[in-house]
Amino acid sequence: MTIGADIGTALPEVFIAVLAMVLLLVGAYQRTESGRFIAWMSILTIVLAGLLVVVSSDERAVAFNDLFVVDGYTDFAKVLILVGAALALLLSFTYNVNERIDRFEYPVLILFAVLGMMMMVSANDLISLYLGIELQSLALYIIAAFRRDTVRSSEAGLKYFVLGALSSGILLYGMSLVYGFAGTTNFDQLSQVFAADAAEAPAVGLIVGIVFIAAGLAFKVSAVPFHMWTPDVYEGAPTPVTAFFAVAPKIAAMVLFVRVMFGPFGELLDQWQQIIVFISLASMILGAFAAINQNNIKRLMAYSSIGNMGYALVGLAAGTDFGAQAVLLYLTIYLFMNTGAFACILAMRRDGRMVEGIDELAGLSKTNPRMALALGIFMFSMAGIPPLAGFFGKLYVFWAAIEAGLPVLAVIGLLTSVVAAFYYLRIVKLMYFDEPTDRFDRPVGGEISAILVGTSVVTFFFFVGLAPVLNSAERAAAFLFAV
Amino acid sequence: MDGFPLLSLTTFLPLVGVAFILMVRGDEDIVARNSRYAALWTSLVTFALSLFIWFNFDHGTSDFQFVEKAAWLPRFDVSYHLGVDGISMLFVLLSTFLTPICVLASWKAVTSRVREYMIAFLVLETMMIGTFVALDFVLFYIFFEGVLIPMFIIIGVWGGPRRVYSAFKFFLYTLAGSVLLLVAILVMYFQADTTDIPTLLVTDIAPHLQPWLWLALLASFAVKLPMWPVHTWLPDAHVEAPTAGSVILAGVLLKMGGYGFLRFSVPMLPLATDQFTPLIYALSIIAIIYTSLVALAQEDMKKLIAYSSVAHMGFVTIGIFSLTDHGIQGAIFQMLSHGIISAALFLCVGVVYDRVHSREIADYGGLVERMPKYAFVFMIFMLGSVGLPGTSGFIGEFLVLLGAFQDNTWVAFLASTGIILGAAYMLYLYRRVIFGKLEKENLKKLLDLEPREVAVMVPLVLLVLWMGIYPMPFLDVFDASVANLIEGYEGALAASQGVSVAGR
Repeated sequence: MTIGADIGTALPEVFIAVLAMVLLLVGAYQRTESGRFIAWMSILTIVLAGLLVVVSSDERAVAFNDLFVVDGYTDFAKVLILVGAALALLLSFTYNVNERIDRFEYPVLILFAVLGMMMMVSANDLISLYLGIELQSLALYIIAAFRRDTVRSSEAGLKYFVLGALSSGILLYGMSLVYGFAGTTNFDQLSQVFAADAAEAPAVGLIVGIVFIAAGLAFKVSAVPFHMWTPDVYEGAPTPVTAFFAVAPKIAAMVLFVRVMFGPFGELLDQWQQIIVFISLASMILGAFAAINQNNIKRLMAYSSIGNMGYALVGLAAGTDFGAQAVLLYLTIYLFMNTGAFACILAMRRDGRMVEGIDELAGLSKTNPRMALALGIFMFSMAGIPPLAGFFGKLYVFWAAIEAGLPVLAVIGLLTSVVAAFYYLRIVKLMYFDEPTDRFDRPVGGEISAILVGTSVVTFFFFVGLAPVLNSAERAAAFLFAV
Repeated sequence: MDGFPLLSLTTFLPLVGVAFILMVRGDEDIVARNSRYAALWTSLVTFALSLFIWFNFDHGTSDFQFVEKAAWLPRFDVSYHLGVDGISMLFVLLSTFLTPICVLASWKAVTSRVREYMIAFLVLETMMIGTFVALDFVLFYIFFEGVLIPMFIIIGVWGGPRRVYSAFKFFLYTLAGSVLLLVAILVMYFQADTTDIPTLLVTDIAPHLQPWLWLALLASFAVKLPMWPVHTWLPDAHVEAPTAGSVILAGVLLKMGGYGFLRFSVPMLPLATDQFTPLIYALSIIAIIYTSLVALAQEDMKKLIAYSSVAHMGFVTIGIFSLTDHGIQGAIFQMLSHGIISAALFLCVGVVYDRVHSREIADYGGLVERMPKYAFVFMIFMLGSVGLPGTSGFIGEFLVLLGAFQDNTWVAFLASTGIILGAAYMLYLYRRVIFGKLEKENLKKLLDLEPREVAVMVPLVLLVLWMGIYPMPFLDVFDASVANLIEGYEGALAASQGVSVAGR
């Protein structure tokens, strides 16, 4: 394959890489301090890249000596990532200006992170997977510490970096073991090797390698027991960064997790299924119980996202085509719910300062009924109450679990969702049942209002578009099993 | 009329009212007044539509009527499928009948956030109707669970002092039961490859799965009904909810549990039903006797009526699981009758609560001197609750006991003691509130029922008497469906015994 064809296959990634570097130079030489122009250009870049992804063919294509793969599955994931990143970038405008961190490096770093995520989901080799993760992570470490004049933000960045580096090490060690026992790092070849050896029990070293890889990826999706960094980083990072962390990187890591487990290690389902069942259960349970006592809304959202990843992992644990579709559906819904919830959190501002205590929401239904309604919709949706979107996400992952013969996982998972409902309801209670203390600053900002309206409408009326989303998830998931 | 989506229209018409209310602009008084009228008219038109369905309902068949079906998720054979049969028809009517009454009853009692209040009730109405007309299991679940959101808000925003605790208890209890129902739905999907209820009704579900599925359904419906020992959310919710909230809770939401047993547990899982009937009998008898005794000791009027509801629902479950013609007919009739009587009793409590702002029985006494009309209305409902012949309560309890007697004499005997206890606590309540000397100063200036309250009470009184004196128009509606239900149940039992005999 010529280099031209390779670049054609990876056109959206190349486009983002080039534009990110150009914008970096433009930013460095522009006269103003403001990053607004670069931010808009970055959003434009993301939108154009999204269009490139959408118009590109669904057919499977590999490039760069089989290191890189593009198919319907990666396209679906990339659209989610790009939408999540664009919304998160849009959410950051008001905040960055108010907190005096409105610098051009921020959108550029987000672009690099997005590029890393797109490479992650398109990885067809353990090495390219690792490169994607590292590109993403390095950009994320920096933006976590973007408010470098505050201790908490710097601490968040440092903590994330140290633990992230540790998990990368674990991941790499796992890869080296797999390479040692299988003799290749290419996904397609790994899958063939395991299929050929299916008759005999896999070597212990290989199993250890898979466990290490699973642990490294579980760290990236912040599944229990590799979740410890999440609440601290979520709380310490600037809020728009948290909004970004909670959505796009989670989606990318989860999609990658599914690809790695179903693709190269698909033949070893019996070996890894129990691990995934365990981390899924542990995440759901911890996400439900640990959030009950949180009073900081960003920490609460951190535990909520741990729980949400647990639910998504149920689909992975099923190990079936249906399970993969359920994960994709869950992530799609998660994207809108979570972005919307963070838009509300970013609107929590009093006398020009951000407030993060849950109690600050008291009486919101009287002081700002629309925002209360939107946040109420997101909370009921996350609690999984029909007819809101979150219900359908849970419905399908548990449907997949039951199809795969894991009814106990489904029952425990659903019971944890009742526990989790308690803390989501607590927020509704504060907004609707309690008396208001003080108003939040108005107006909340045009772009935040627009995102609030958009995401709450999507969350509320998701059942209308459920069938088409499911159909595209089905087409996307089919590619996992096409090889 | 074929092809006209009458049921969808009835189900979603309240949401049109919601849209109207949302468009109301102006200062607070105008918004409140317009919201009230919009809610009243919407619910009245909805009621008229449901009456129209009732008049056109064919009594002779057990098939689903007014069926609408549209593909929703074709890959999983989940569809938007609506229809009514004899079992669900009258529950739809009950929901649409009680909603305008609730709106009227809250006319003056609710003064804060009237717009949101009316929206919550109209959304609730849509969810209630939808629960009874849904013919797809996933669709049913969506409506069944969707009820929680408006009810949570109603209790929590317009409730009494302990409203937050009660709202949470209500929500979490019900949700915990319902998620197991969801698991059961998903497992049943893999038995029939569809969630279509008419198809599932004729599907034979694997015998080894039936007990598990049955217990999962029980978890959901027993909480909703509620059965002893998971009834404890009900007294709390009733006491704290605003009057109209209690009316809907007692009048319709509890019936969803009984409806669930009739629609799903019995016809879809006949073998497990047979196996678990003793369990239901035991729980029901405990519910009847224990909660009646508890009701005797209550100091709070709403709590007393709430406990009496649990006892009355015990009759319903006995009737359903006697699996006789009379028993099931009696159970359905008892649910309808209780829906009206308990709703009316809560309204009666609401009438004096609006004036005195107390629910303590000890704060009343001698009301008959100042409020003769009220005393008369209260008496009718009190006697209906006791089951006096000539009121609807009698027909329901009599048929249930008749059915229970055919199946198990002891059950009938023990359940009958509940009637005696019921008479005791209701008469005791009536004596303490209405009779006696009018001594308390604040009661001496009370006014009798005003025209609006009379307008709320009269239809309820007439219905209680009509259903008690000439119940045939109601019994006819579900006659064919109940016969069909029992036939299917006995057929399934006979078939399984045939198999086990042949297997030997």
